[in-house]
Amino acid sequence: MTMALAPFGQRLLTVAAVEELGAYRVLRVSDRDGPSPAPGQFAMLAAAAGWGAGEDERPHLPRAFSYARWREGEAHFLLEDVGPGTRRLCELRVGEQLRLLGPLGNGFRAPSEGRRAILLGGGVGIAPLAIWQDALLGESAPAGSDATGGKRPTVLLGFRDQVRAVGAALLHDAQVATDDGSVGRHSLVTELLDEELARDAHATVYACGPAPMLEAVRAQCAEREVPAQLALESGMACGFGACFGCVVPRRDGGYLRVCLDGPVIDAAELQRVDAHAGAPA
Amino acid sequence: MSVRFCGLELAHPVINASGTFDLLAARVAFGEPALRADFPFAAFVSKTITLEPRAGNPPPRLFEVPVGLINSIGLPNKGLEGYLAHELPGLAALLATCAVPLITNVMGSNAEEIATLLERCDEREEIAAFELNVSCPNVQTGLDIGADPSALEHVVRAVRPATRKPLIVKLTPNAADVAACAHAAEFAGADAVSLINTLRAMALDPDTRRPWLGGRTGGLSGPAIRAVALAQVAAVAARVAIPIVGMGGVQCASHARDLLDVGATLVAVGTESFRDPTTGAQIARALR
Repeated sequence: MTMALAPFGQRLLTVAAVEELGAYRVLRVSDRDGPSPAPGQFAMLAAAAGWGAGEDERPHLPRAFSYARWREGEAHFLLEDVGPGTRRLCELRVGEQLRLLGPLGNGFRAPSEGRRAILLGGGVGIAPLAIWQDALLGESAPAGSDATGGKRPTVLLGFRDQVRAVGAALLHDAQVATDDGSVGRHSLVTELLDEELARDAHATVYACGPAPMLEAVRAQCAEREVPAQLALESGMACGFGACFGCVVPRRDGGYLRVCLDGPVIDAAELQRVDAHAGAPA
Repeated sequence: MSVRFCGLELAHPVINASGTFDLLAARVAFGEPALRADFPFAAFVSKTITLEPRAGNPPPRLFEVPVGLINSIGLPNKGLEGYLAHELPGLAALLATCAVPLITNVMGSNAEEIATLLERCDEREEIAAFELNVSCPNVQTGLDIGADPSALEHVVRAVRPATRKPLIVKLTPNAADVAACAHAAEFAGADAVSLINTLRAMALDPDTRRPWLGGRTGGLSGPAIRAVALAQVAAVAARVAIPIVGMGGVQCASHARDLLDVGATLVAVGTESFRDPTTGAQIARALR
């Protein structure tokens, strides 16, 4: 699968729209000349102005976001205001400029052996699953994606509460679980996965979300011998393999760079998913 | 703006700070043609190579601070054999197409280790020069070798015979008297010095109140250290006659000019490359 290369250097792009989606914002950025990303790839974003004008004179470094959607030269990112970087990005207005480096990293690989796809997301982690669903449904075919054609993916999304559950609209036909039971099933989304796999374990799981969720997915899939591809998150300074800051421990010792060996990593390669990540936000 | 440095002809005075640019990773991310078309540096400094492979520190390895970054990466590298067999060929081939000399950065915990690293690498004509990372504790004194002028002089003198290629000593700013350390390195035979490395720093997890970094402390870099770098380069320039590579928080040509004006011959870009990997090339163009 060919991964889109990032142009060398930051591009100065214009904000086309910022849409409210419950607790989240969908940032739409005009990138007509940019390569289309493979689902799972990410970009490093920074506001062109006022970056470093937030709490504690932060942010300084750019922030990493998966592409959530790609439509006709427009890149969509899903944002949640959880720190000085995401706050500044959430405050962007139409016409303002953004610096973007990307697409970076690797993407999801199509299910093998005729397996069905189960897309499992938690919170803001649903972002890369949206663009992956688009590809699997053949709605858009970003560079390097393989549409499986035929089998619609099962989509399981979990959120903390009602205002975050509004984010489920980013994907089609999602089954929703909320921690507080305000929308959909009152359970962890991983319980929905357990039921799905008990029904039919001939699947490939694609997951993105909080570390404890990913660890539960990893453990469940390992036990059932179901292949799983995890889209990981980590604090990053650069996004292109230079800083060695984004590493996660691999099963056989040593480390993987999330930006270079990931962010999509086979669950079997990991010892476990640690909750340390705490990226600068 | 070509410049002669330790017998090397460089197209301009901007190089990279060791450990802040992985060329082979950049080739994967951006592709070789794009990288070559706008190659950011007039010489390329490898990340620190040690005798044995190192995995690096457990994460978290990064903490953002006001206009800066604390890193506790822990010098991960494939070790001497891994570097020579698996990295050097690819690095050298890419750099040769850009006519950019390769400087290999090495670190050891004693003179014997360093000498071995230098001797083995000296055999390779793809390596044009060496940078010695002395921000490493001396087992006897517990101080960084580079922070103690007499320990530094001893080590540099002991390893100097291992190579006739240019030997740059990368000083540590975490020293009581960096100019004395620079003088000691010069006296012992160093061809150049480079500074500043990162400043020792710390951050706490806001929730647990324990150190945030897996390595407990780390090194501070970025604009936050620029004024310190300028003072140290100026102090060293007053003490030594050998050329100086100045670095620390350089983001643009004006910062580079400051270092050149206080006595640096070359400047290096580190943390800013994380924010924009073409920074070196942009500064080189603006300096012309």
